[in-house]
Amino acid sequence: MSQTSSTEEKLDHLKHYFVDSDQQFEASKMGMWIFLVTEILFFGGLFVAYIVYRSWYPELYLLASEELHTFWGAVNTAVLIGSSLTVAMAIRSAQLNQIKGLIINLWITIGLALTFMVIKYFEYSEKFAKGILPGSAYSYEGIEHEKANIFFSIYYMMTGLHGVHVLIGIGLMLWLVFKAKKKVFHSGYYTPVEITGLYWHLVDIIWIFLFPLLYLID
Amino acid sequence: MLPPAKSTTAEATDALFHFINVTSVILLIGITIAILYFSWKFRRRSDDDVTPVIAHNSKLEITWSVIPLILVMIVFGWGFSGYLNLTTAPDDAYEIRVVGKSWLWEFHYETGHVSIGELHVPANRPVKLIMSSDDVLHSFYIPDYRVKMDVLPNRYTSLWFEATEVGESVIFCTEYCGTAHSNMLATAYVHTLEDFETWLETAGSADDDMDPVELGEQLVTRNACATCHSSDGSRLQGPSFQGLWQSERTMEDGEVVIADENYIRESILDPNARITQGYQPIMPTYAGSINDRQIDAIIEYIKTLQ
Amino acid sequence: MATNDSTTNAKRIQVRRYKPEEHPEKHYLNEEKGLWAWLTTVDHKKIGLMYLGSIAFFFFIGGVLALLLRTELLTPARSFMDADVYNQVFTLHGAIMIFFFLIPAGPAVLGNFILPLQLGAKDVAFPRLNLASYYIYVIGAIFTLVAIFTGGVDTGWTFYTPYSATTGGNVMAMTIGVFILGFSSILTGLNFIVTIHKMRAPGITWNKLPLNLWALYATSLIQILATPVLAITVLLLTMERALGIGIFDPALGGDPVLYQHFFWFYSHPAVYIMIVPGFGIISEVISTFSRKIIFGYWAIALSSLAIAFIGFLVWGHHMFTAGQSSLANMVFSFLTFLVGIPTGIKIFNWLATMYRGSIDMKTPMVYAMVFLFLFTIGGFTGIMLGALSVDIHLHDTYYVVAHFHYVMMGGMVMAFLAGLHYWWPKMFGKMYSELWAKVSCALLFVGFNMTFLPQFVMGAQGMPRRYFNYIDQFQSFHQFSTIGAYVMGVAFLLMAGYMLHSLIKGKPAGSNPWGSRALEWQTSSPPELHNFHHTPVVINGPYDYHKPMSEFQLGIVSSHNGHHAEETVSVPKSEKEQA
Repeated sequence: MSQTSSTEEKLDHLKHYFVDSDQQFEASKMGMWIFLVTEILFFGGLFVAYIVYRSWYPELYLLASEELHTFWGAVNTAVLIGSSLTVAMAIRSAQLNQIKGLIINLWITIGLALTFMVIKYFEYSEKFAKGILPGSAYSYEGIEHEKANIFFSIYYMMTGLHGVHVLIGIGLMLWLVFKAKKKVFHSGYYTPVEITGLYWHLVDIIWIFLFPLLYLID
Repeated sequence: MLPPAKSTTAEATDALFHFINVTSVILLIGITIAILYFSWKFRRRSDDDVTPVIAHNSKLEITWSVIPLILVMIVFGWGFSGYLNLTTAPDDAYEIRVVGKSWLWEFHYETGHVSIGELHVPANRPVKLIMSSDDVLHSFYIPDYRVKMDVLPNRYTSLWFEATEVGESVIFCTEYCGTAHSNMLATAYVHTLEDFETWLETAGSADDDMDPVELGEQLVTRNACATCHSSDGSRLQGPSFQGLWQSERTMEDGEVVIADENYIRESILDPNARITQGYQPIMPTYAGSINDRQIDAIIEYIKTLQ
Repeated sequence: MATNDSTTNAKRIQVRRYKPEEHPEKHYLNEEKGLWAWLTTVDHKKIGLMYLGSIAFFFFIGGVLALLLRTELLTPARSFMDADVYNQVFTLHGAIMIFFFLIPAGPAVLGNFILPLQLGAKDVAFPRLNLASYYIYVIGAIFTLVAIFTGGVDTGWTFYTPYSATTGGNVMAMTIGVFILGFSSILTGLNFIVTIHKMRAPGITWNKLPLNLWALYATSLIQILATPVLAITVLLLTMERALGIGIFDPALGGDPVLYQHFFWFYSHPAVYIMIVPGFGIISEVISTFSRKIIFGYWAIALSSLAIAFIGFLVWGHHMFTAGQSSLANMVFSFLTFLVGIPTGIKIFNWLATMYRGSIDMKTPMVYAMVFLFLFTIGGFTGIMLGALSVDIHLHDTYYVVAHFHYVMMGGMVMAFLAGLHYWWPKMFGKMYSELWAKVSCALLFVGFNMTFLPQFVMGAQGMPRRYFNYIDQFQSFHQFSTIGAYVMGVAFLLMAGYMLHSLIKGKPAGSNPWGSRALEWQTSSPPELHNFHHTPVVINGPYDYHKPMSEFQLGIVSSHNGHHAEETVSVPKSEKEQA
């Protein structure tokens, strides 16, 4: 730390129980990584349910996945991958002290996340209209399989829970924009941006698994 | 500690039980003596006591890791081989279908006869039970035979045993299944082979020359109606039979009906068609396990409970 | 790493001896005053005490429910409550004791209080998250209370489908409560792992970490790896009731055995969330009161991790009669026996620690001995239940009930009480009555065995669990058991009495009443708000009783506090400094 004077005046983010900024940054990052592990296990339960039912009724998955729109699924995949890129660029901007770039990148990410949700909304409402409702409300007769309702229960649970995570991500990024405008972040302190980025990558990765597992079965 | 062993496999299970018990008690006594002896022998004499630095001792540590490992591997192998015997039914086993319903056990024999709450089996012949549930999970357990198996809806499970002596043994439900879980009992009656065959031939027809009221009373106990319906007016899971006949019943949907023959018949065969106000739709159907003559007898019996 | 690197991996620090103040005027309990200061505190010690109060409340509720159950079981038929009420009472007794008492008792209460002190840290890594996890616990508790007062829950704490999907009552409020509670547990685990990794005082290398922290580390790993699976399981169950998604409900095409796999995948490791912190406490207590270096430090530390790891692979032993394949049963039975070995090793290590020690039978040590005896019985009966053929007979009988009470109550509750009595002077700076503590402990020991020994016999004879009515032959066992439960009730009331007395009129404890070498005893009792005046420096292991006390009281000399260095010591660099 050669620039003692400049770092000292920017230490108001440092909590008293940490020895230095590095320790605080590393602790936060490790905490987020552990949280991501718990998230993976959380979704892992659903993936296990998916695998179990797929091994029991492989033909059901073939039939039912035809009801899903591969095209819009692919668009959503592209949208999320794009947003992962912009969130990475946001972190880069923060590291370079470019607060304006940080805010712009966050806004693009939020925009992409909203696009994802809007497409998801149209997919859901199209299915609801057909009678493909979650749970015991399921009334669609286009799939000749007695367990079709279970496939869609799994579909709604997985994509629904993922959607909730996207919404939480949007909330977090709005909060980051708010903080960034208040000039809280700089190259010496951008921990919240970094760990929100980690979270957003996870949301992206989960979708990258969901897309082929649900849409691309043949 | 264990109940009498009344099946061919019970003794093998008991032998392992006793082996683990005796070994454990010996080790426990050893550990307890060590605790007490150390506490006294090495008690603090002064505040300046100096204790030796003994941080580890490889030989000792290997010993107390390996010996327990050997012991538990013996127990594992022993338990697993015993378990294989418990799960592999002999090919010539006599098969009986078992249906668990909240809260009774139904036994279907090859002749088509159905007994409720009573399992009749021949002695010295392997018996295989093919089991399923009509509603929630149950578990079929005969302590005297050391056998137990969960009973599931939409799936068959099975267990087998060979009873060694004529007599009676209690059957429990051991998977929690709601209000009357602890009343979901049955009895296993073990007959000699001839007696069993005679029973099987005459079962059902034995009731023919009985007085309807008497028969009805018997059926109410035998079919486990009494688990939920009292005959003295007290409230159980279902309405009491006392004072039921020709009374006005208010249903959950507000409909009022008179408890006549048709109402009682419907309540037995399609119990959830109408539910008396204040009660839950929990009664299993008796369609297929009870005949018209038996329904008549139950109605006759209910008529006497004014 | 090669040994000749040791010089380059060491750094030299200027230190002096800081003797803890014996009777501090200012400490964490009186530095900030008022209810609001408590409710918004981010101090790990206060949060620990808030958890202590909460779990004491739930232990009381759970205990009263247990006494109601035992009273009802005095007679074979109805004694004073209906079957439906009985079913709700045993469900709540189980759910409250497990989710609201046992799981937080180790990590959230004693762990929270002691962990940063033993690390020489000022707080945990995320103090606000720590406070949040407490409030998440409270919200989960509120949902449970709502469930109790709006229809009750009668599913058993295991919530097996399809019964839980179809029965009346307010199962949803309860499962949502458990879902929320899971996050409290996850956040505590996350916090502890990061704290242990990143916030150790200079000199605390992995081989100088107190065994209590190894145990908490293993526990935290289980918490973060297993609890999310519980969360998704109860979420699916909630959706099963709300929407009828059918994954677990056979009436809608689902599979109830899948539910059991999901449930036990969490709930078996959860058993280790409850008991492993107990192992840590017992290691501390036995070493301190034997005033001797712990025997087999690495064996104890690694066996906790081994238990945590193997604990994830044995969930199927709850399902030997559930209809899984013989192969699955064999594998689960085999792995179950493997988990017994590291547990056994710990018991022998503790005994070896006592050998040639200087043993002072103070209350915490008495509890540790009670733990050793009862937990050994719990372990042996676990071997019995792991044996496949025997388990077929014993599964879901009172034998299982007795077994897990010997493990959970004889094990964890006794260890918790050992820890509570051990750290009580540190928490409040006051002593309790040694005499009454021992009387209460003796009563508890007698009452406990009276309650649960007869249950082994009953279970072996075939008495199924969760029975409202039972056949007459079991009555004398049940009555004996009930009397034992009352004796335990008296013991706990007595305990509440002398502990309250200690809070109000207890004699001052002094900083280190037990003469321990562990770091948490090298600050005043109660500690100041930020734990230590100085940054502690550790050069010895936490159980090095052959080294003088002064070597355990070192702190960094900093330029601005006006102290001068007494000596210079060399400590290993942290991982970060090495990099």
